[in-house]
Amino acid sequence: MAVEAPSDGDHVYLRLEGITKSFPGVVANCGINLDVGRGEIHAVLGENGAGKSTLMKVLYGFWQPDAGTISVDGKRLDLRSPSDAIRAGIGMVFQSFMLIPAFSVAENIALTLPGSGVLLSVSAIRARLREFGSRYGLSVEADAKVWQLSVGEQQRVEIVKLLVSGARVLILDEPTSVLAPHEVTKLFEILQTLRRDGYTILFVTHKLNEVMAIADRITVLRKGGVVGTLPRAGATLPDLVDMLLGERELRAGSFERRDHEPGGRAVLELHDLSVRSDRGRTGLARVSLRVCAGEIVGVAGVTGNGQTELGEAILGLRRPAGGRVVLDGVDVTRRSTAAILAQGVACIPEDPLRMGVAPGLTIAENMVLDERARYMPFGGLLTDWRAIRREIELRVENFGIAIPRLSVPVGTLSGGNVQRLLLLRALARKPRLLVAFYPTRGLDIAATRMAQELLMVSRNGGAATLLISEDLDELFALSDRLVVLSRGAVAGSFRPGEVETVDVGLLMTGAAKRHEWQASPASSIPGS
Amino acid sequence: MASVARLVDSRVLIPLRLLGLTALAFVAVGAFLLLFGRNPIEAYGVIFKGAFGSGYGLSEVVVRAIPLMLCAVATAIPARMGLLNVGGEGQLHGGAMAATWGALTLGALPRGALLPGLVILGLLGGAAAAFVPAFLRWAAGVNETISTLLLNYVIVLLVEYMVRGPWKDPMSYNWPFTPEFPESARLSFYWGTRIHAGLWFALVAITLFYLALRRTRWGYEIRVIGDNPDAAARAGIPLGRYVLLTMCVGGALAGLAGMAEVCAIQSRLRPGISTGFGYTGFLVSWLALHHPLGIVVMALLLGVLSVGGDMVQISLGLPYATVNIIMALIFFVVLGGRFRKSRSG
Repeated sequence: MAVEAPSDGDHVYLRLEGITKSFPGVVANCGINLDVGRGEIHAVLGENGAGKSTLMKVLYGFWQPDAGTISVDGKRLDLRSPSDAIRAGIGMVFQSFMLIPAFSVAENIALTLPGSGVLLSVSAIRARLREFGSRYGLSVEADAKVWQLSVGEQQRVEIVKLLVSGARVLILDEPTSVLAPHEVTKLFEILQTLRRDGYTILFVTHKLNEVMAIADRITVLRKGGVVGTLPRAGATLPDLVDMLLGERELRAGSFERRDHEPGGRAVLELHDLSVRSDRGRTGLARVSLRVCAGEIVGVAGVTGNGQTELGEAILGLRRPAGGRVVLDGVDVTRRSTAAILAQGVACIPEDPLRMGVAPGLTIAENMVLDERARYMPFGGLLTDWRAIRREIELRVENFGIAIPRLSVPVGTLSGGNVQRLLLLRALARKPRLLVAFYPTRGLDIAATRMAQELLMVSRNGGAATLLISEDLDELFALSDRLVVLSRGAVAGSFRPGEVETVDVGLLMTGAAKRHEWQASPASSIPGS
Repeated sequence: MASVARLVDSRVLIPLRLLGLTALAFVAVGAFLLLFGRNPIEAYGVIFKGAFGSGYGLSEVVVRAIPLMLCAVATAIPARMGLLNVGGEGQLHGGAMAATWGALTLGALPRGALLPGLVILGLLGGAAAAFVPAFLRWAAGVNETISTLLLNYVIVLLVEYMVRGPWKDPMSYNWPFTPEFPESARLSFYWGTRIHAGLWFALVAITLFYLALRRTRWGYEIRVIGDNPDAAARAGIPLGRYVLLTMCVGGALAGLAGMAEVCAIQSRLRPGISTGFGYTGFLVSWLALHHPLGIVVMALLLGVLSVGGDMVQISLGLPYATVNIIMALIFFVVLGGRFRKSRSG
C-alpha cells in the first residue's frame, strides 16, 4: 500500500523520514516515513514489538535515531532530549505516567513549564488549569495530590501538562489501555475538540475499533517498518487486520462456560469487607463475594471504584476496616502478605511495571520473585540459575514471547512483554486463587487470545480466579459469574448469559439503580 | 529504564567512567590551587610521595582504609535497599564504647576469650546505635537519613561524657581518656607497621557482603526492595524486617571499625578516635556505587588522600582542608555525572 499525502489539501505539518533505530540485537525501527497534517488525529497501529513506542520515543527526543530526520512545519529538528522536543512543541503521554505522586496537580504541571523560574506561580497555573479544563473537558482538581488520583485522572493531568507547556503535537502512547469504556468516550471527545483547535495528535494503539472511531488517517507498523498509511474512510477492519498480522490468521472461537453451579469448594470468601482508600474515603463498602475452585468470577467496574483496594485487601497489603477475608476456610484477614501468598494466591497486578517487577533486575531474577523459597533453597545458597533459566526459557518459548536474553533487565522490555511475563509467572505456580487485574491489558490480538486460553486452562485445572477488568467483552467471554463494583460496593451479580453488556455498563457507571446487596444478609454472598 | 540497562550491562564502562570523573575532580582542585598561587603538580607530587614514597606511607594508607571500608559497607548494605545510613560515625563510636566497656571490665579474661568477646561487643554496640533509627523508620516512618545523622552527635557526645566522667583514667592528669587497655584486649599489629587485625575484619565483611548480595536469598530480596519496594511488598517480602536487618548489620560493621580503632590504634577510648571515618566511609560507598570491589578501591584512594593530606600540611603549608576539598569535589563530580547520565537515559 502506498503512502498517501495528508488529505483535505492540508500541508504536511509533521514529517518523519527514514527513521532507523536499533538496539543491541533488535532493529526496532527501519526506515520509517510518516507524514501527519496539522489538526489531524493520526493513528499509529501495530502489534506489541512492532516498533510503535520506539518511533514515538524518537519523535519525543528520548532516543536519538541512528538515521533519518524529523521536521515540523518544514523546519528540520534536531531533538537531543525530551526538553528539545517540548521546546519544538512536541509532547508525549506515556503509558506509565511521568508524574510525581507526592506533588499536587498544579505542582506537577509547574515542573514542566518551560522557563518557569525559581518562584512557582501556582495561582497562575490554577487559572490555566481552569481554562483548559472548561475548554477541553479536562477538569482536574488543582490541589489534589497525584497519588490520590485515579489512572484516568492522572492521564488528564498528563494531557493538560502538555497543553500548558505549549505542545502542538501530542503523542498518546496507548492512551486507552488504562481507561474504562466511558472514560474512553470522554477522551475521544477531548481529542476531537483538540483537533478542532489545530492540535496534531498521534494516537498509538493496537485496538482496531478505536482507530476506526477516532483516527483521520492510519499508519500500520509491523516488525519495525511501515506496512502502509491509509485514510480511515478507505479502511476496513479486515484490511487492517491483514496489515497488522501479515499472513497470520486470527483464530476465532469462544470459550466453554460453566453454566451449571460450580461444583468446587469456595476458595475465596469475602464477608462484608470494608477498606479505606488512600484518600481516606471508603475504598470498599461491605463487599461480600465468593470464588469457588474451577470458577472465574469477573469483577466489572470502572477503575477507581475499589478494585485496587479489593486486590490489596485480599493480598494482605491493606488492612481492612471491617469484615473478613477467608481463604480455603481459613480466616486470613490479619495475615501477612507472605503467608497469604504461601496459601497459593497469585496476582497479576494492575500496574505491571510498577507493582509486579523490579525493572533493574534481570528477567530470570524477576521470574522467581513469587517463588523464592522453591527456586532459592537453603537461603539461596543452592540456587541453580542455569536450571532456572532453562525452565523459564522453555515456558517463554511455549508462550511465544520474543525476548533477547534472560540476563536482560526487565525494565528494557515493552509493556506488553512485561505483562506476558507476569502472566506466565503467576500461572506457573498453579495457584489456588488467581487475582488477575486486566490480564490482557497492553497485549495484542494474538497474545490476548493466548492469555485468555491460559486463564481457561488454569480454571479448568481447578484454580479459582478473580478477574478484574473493564473490558466487558472479555469479562463476558471468560467469567462464570460477574460482579459489578461501583463506588466500592457490589452493585450487582449475574451470570453472563442473564444480562446484556449494556446493562452491566450502566451499572458500572452508576447510571442504573444499585442492587442493595448489603441490605439483606441472606443474599450477601452472591451465588451462594 | 535504559540507564538501568546500561548500568548493569557495562561492567567495564562504569569503572572507567568513575576513574575519569575522579581525574576530572583532581584537575578541578588543581585549578583551585593555581588560583591561590600554589603549584598543583607539586601538591599532587607531595600527596603521591607521602602515600607511596615509603613503606610507612603505604602502610598508613591501609591503616586508614580499614575503618573506611567497614564504614562504607555500613552505608552500602542499607543503601542496596534504598536506605541512607549517614550514621556510620555514631555507630563507629557506639562500637568503640561497647568494646571499651568490655576491655575495662573483663580485662582479667585471657586474650583468646577476651578478643572475640570484644569483637562481638563492637558489633553489638554499632548495631544498637543503628537500631534506634531503624526502629523509628520501621515503626513510625521516621526518615532514617535525618535520624542517623543527628544520632551521630548524640553518640559522640556520649563518648565525651564517658571519658570525662565514669571511665576517666584516674592517672591521666585530667586528660579526657580511659585507662589504657590491658595487653589481652589489643589487636595484633603486622609487619612492624600499624596495620592491624581490623584489616581482616574489613576484608571478610566485604567478601561476605558480596556473597550475601549475589548468592543468598537475603541479598536477592534486598536488591528487589532497592529496585522496586512496591513489587517487593506484593511478593511478600517483609520490608520492615529488612529495614531492621540491613541497618543493624551495617551499624554492626561500623561498630567493628570503632572496636578496631580503640583496640589497636588507640588502645584506649578518647575523643577524636575517628577523623570522620563514618562520613568518609559514606562517601566511599557512594563513589563505589555500593559495589564491594569498588569499596576496596575507593577506600584505598581516600586513604591515599588522607595520608597525603598530612604531608601537604607539613611540607607545603597548605591546610588539611585541601584534602577535604578534593574529596568533596570528587563526590560532586562523580554523583553529578551519575545523575546527569540517568536523566538523559
